[in-house]
Amino acid sequence: MADARSFAVAGGGPPQPPPPVARGAVGWARRHLFASPFDALVTLALGLLIAWLVPRAFAWAVVDAVWYAPDGQACRAATGACWAVVAEKHRLILFGTYPYDQQWRGAAVIAIFVALIGLSSIGRIPVRLRLAAWGAGASAGLVLLLGGVFGLSPVGTHLWGGLPLTIVIFVGTVAGGMPLAVLLALGRQSEMPAIRAVSVGIVEVVRGLPLLAVLFVVSLVFPLFVPPELSIDKLVRAILGMIVFFGAYAAEIVRGGLQAIPAGQHEAAKALGLGYRLRMRRVVLPQALALVVPALLNDIIRAFKNTTFVAILGLFDVLGATKVALEDPAWVRHAPEIYVFIFLLYLLFCLAFSRRGMAIERRLAARKR
Amino acid sequence: MPPAAGRPAFWRTAGFRATLYQILVIAVLVGSVAWMTDTARRAMQQRGIASGFDFLWDRAGFAIGHAFFVFTPDNTYFWAFVVGLGNSLVVAAASLVTATVLGVLLGLARLSGNWLLARAAGLYVELFRNTPQLVQIVFWYALFTLLPGPRQAWSLFDHAFFSNRGLLLPWPDQAMVFGLALLLLVPGALLAWAFQRLADRRRRAGRPLPRAGLLAVALLLAPSIAGWIAAGAPTGWSVPALRGFNFAGGIALSPEFLALYLGLSFYIAAFIAEIVRAGILSVGRGQVEAAETIGLGRADLYRKIVFPQAMRVIVPPLAAQYISLVKNSSLGVAIGYPDLFSVTNTVLTLSGNTIEAIAIMALIYLTLALAIGGLADIVNRAVRIRER
Repeated sequence: MADARSFAVAGGGPPQPPPPVARGAVGWARRHLFASPFDALVTLALGLLIAWLVPRAFAWAVVDAVWYAPDGQACRAATGACWAVVAEKHRLILFGTYPYDQQWRGAAVIAIFVALIGLSSIGRIPVRLRLAAWGAGASAGLVLLLGGVFGLSPVGTHLWGGLPLTIVIFVGTVAGGMPLAVLLALGRQSEMPAIRAVSVGIVEVVRGLPLLAVLFVVSLVFPLFVPPELSIDKLVRAILGMIVFFGAYAAEIVRGGLQAIPAGQHEAAKALGLGYRLRMRRVVLPQALALVVPALLNDIIRAFKNTTFVAILGLFDVLGATKVALEDPAWVRHAPEIYVFIFLLYLLFCLAFSRRGMAIERRLAARKR
Repeated sequence: MPPAAGRPAFWRTAGFRATLYQILVIAVLVGSVAWMTDTARRAMQQRGIASGFDFLWDRAGFAIGHAFFVFTPDNTYFWAFVVGLGNSLVVAAASLVTATVLGVLLGLARLSGNWLLARAAGLYVELFRNTPQLVQIVFWYALFTLLPGPRQAWSLFDHAFFSNRGLLLPWPDQAMVFGLALLLLVPGALLAWAFQRLADRRRRAGRPLPRAGLLAVALLLAPSIAGWIAAGAPTGWSVPALRGFNFAGGIALSPEFLALYLGLSFYIAAFIAEIVRAGILSVGRGQVEAAETIGLGRADLYRKIVFPQAMRVIVPPLAAQYISLVKNSSLGVAIGYPDLFSVTNTVLTLSGNTIEAIAIMALIYLTLALAIGGLADIVNRAVRIRER
């Protein structure tokens, strides 16, 4: 007799017929699209939706779209998308208010950035060399944008804009935020109560605030607190705010990595006579950081997406420059097309980063086996 | 006299150094805060800005439009913060529910055996996770402002209208009664849950209750219906209708609200989908196979085996997403939705009390984040593994 508390069906139920074996496309469809009546219903509903949506989307984006309209006249009569607006405004979106004849410098910065992303995905190059390449690329990019040397005309940061500005903010955020994150994570693990309290306080308060609030505190409140002669550039202030926010979030990830390092590693290093700094730099941190690279990449992707927040502060990153482009009354009706364009632009970069993260995750998983 | 062999001088011991470092850190912190406060105080005196929180009781002098709460220029700054917080909470609560439902459905869809459904859900997640939330919000807003005007509004059976003024929906004349009925769903849910447990026990004992499912639904709705009848069973609905150039009646959801609501919901839903998927995948294959072996039905498999174990993995990152959603409701400032952040922005511009206004805002956001974190801890404790 079955146990009164058992979930099992007494006697195992009637015998079932053998599952149908079907090969080829029909078999595949039966298994993956029509496995049950509910599945068939879902497939049908989704299929109908796609059949309704795709032709319309295609007609809007390609067939009825206007690709060339120098003054916007041709777009007014069109029923499809007006991609001419992207052609008209792409320089403003990509480079902002940077002097028009100097925009090749911005293009060079974009090229350096893309090349460095590509370079970073080549596993055979040692990490140290890759970091050095990023350092060299970042310096070259800053010199290119700022000018004033090598016969380049100087361009103030208030004129920077578009994708180069987004890249500068992003790279600055990660480059400044990572050391801060490591410091805060080590501080939180410290045996000194005062250091621990300060680290915990900074991390928890910053993580409890919206990024916009942090940016406002750094760029609006901070200048009130320092004498005017010490006031710093608006762009630098925005990057500082981004660094603090990124650092607080990344610190928790680094802390996770630190906690995953077994106590034996610390003890072995101590037994060898390594002091705190050497122990952390040579033994603990390399292992801890390697563990959390995929999680850090998620935060880095978020930092890239969060660069758009500076548009609210009045900087002309890609989103800020787009808003300026849309102030033109001739093209204001074509905002969706422009947004689709920058949507794809951000998607491209974020997908590149996330694919990279997945590859690292696979490699780490393979190493564990 | 040199120190005894084997014992370093006191300034070289770890304990002394630790104390020294800590004193240094504290001194630098306290010093810079004191210096900065002094600078700020002097700068404010020069500009003639009164510091302190007395400004909260002054007349605000600005209006907050298209919102769920009435705010006129004669109200105080204090009330402006309350209205801003209210607007933030309304949009955050609505998005939180939508994002959770959508996220769970998408997470399950990505794991579905149906190829088409899994691919469609995957595409959604990749698209919405890998683009900035702010661009999404601004995109929705741009779409809504390009909708036809009220006279050419899209209508649904002449009861709901969608135009560049936003979405107009029918609304009960006595909204309070319906709000009460909604609230009474909570005791109803508790009743239904208790009944479900009883029915489960009977079913396992081989004496199932007849029509248990129907009874559970009835118990869920009973308190609400009783409350509605007790309030006189009001049935009046206010339906929006075109009067002149705009709509009257019903409830209006402004384009700003809708854009922020969609931007918050769709973005966070993509992240919740990934969390739910990871949670369900974390449940060991052996657990599912064991459940199938003892003949557990599909619904029981999920209810008794998969979800309780998946919840442990899901709750902590889910709470982080909820906190992020509430914090990012501050993006309403980009499209002119009067949330806490944009109201603070207006208040500090008009009153000049920058530091105080930002401090109030920061304190409110911190409290909200802590509250969500605390709730998550409670849930986490309820779903954790009870080890013997």
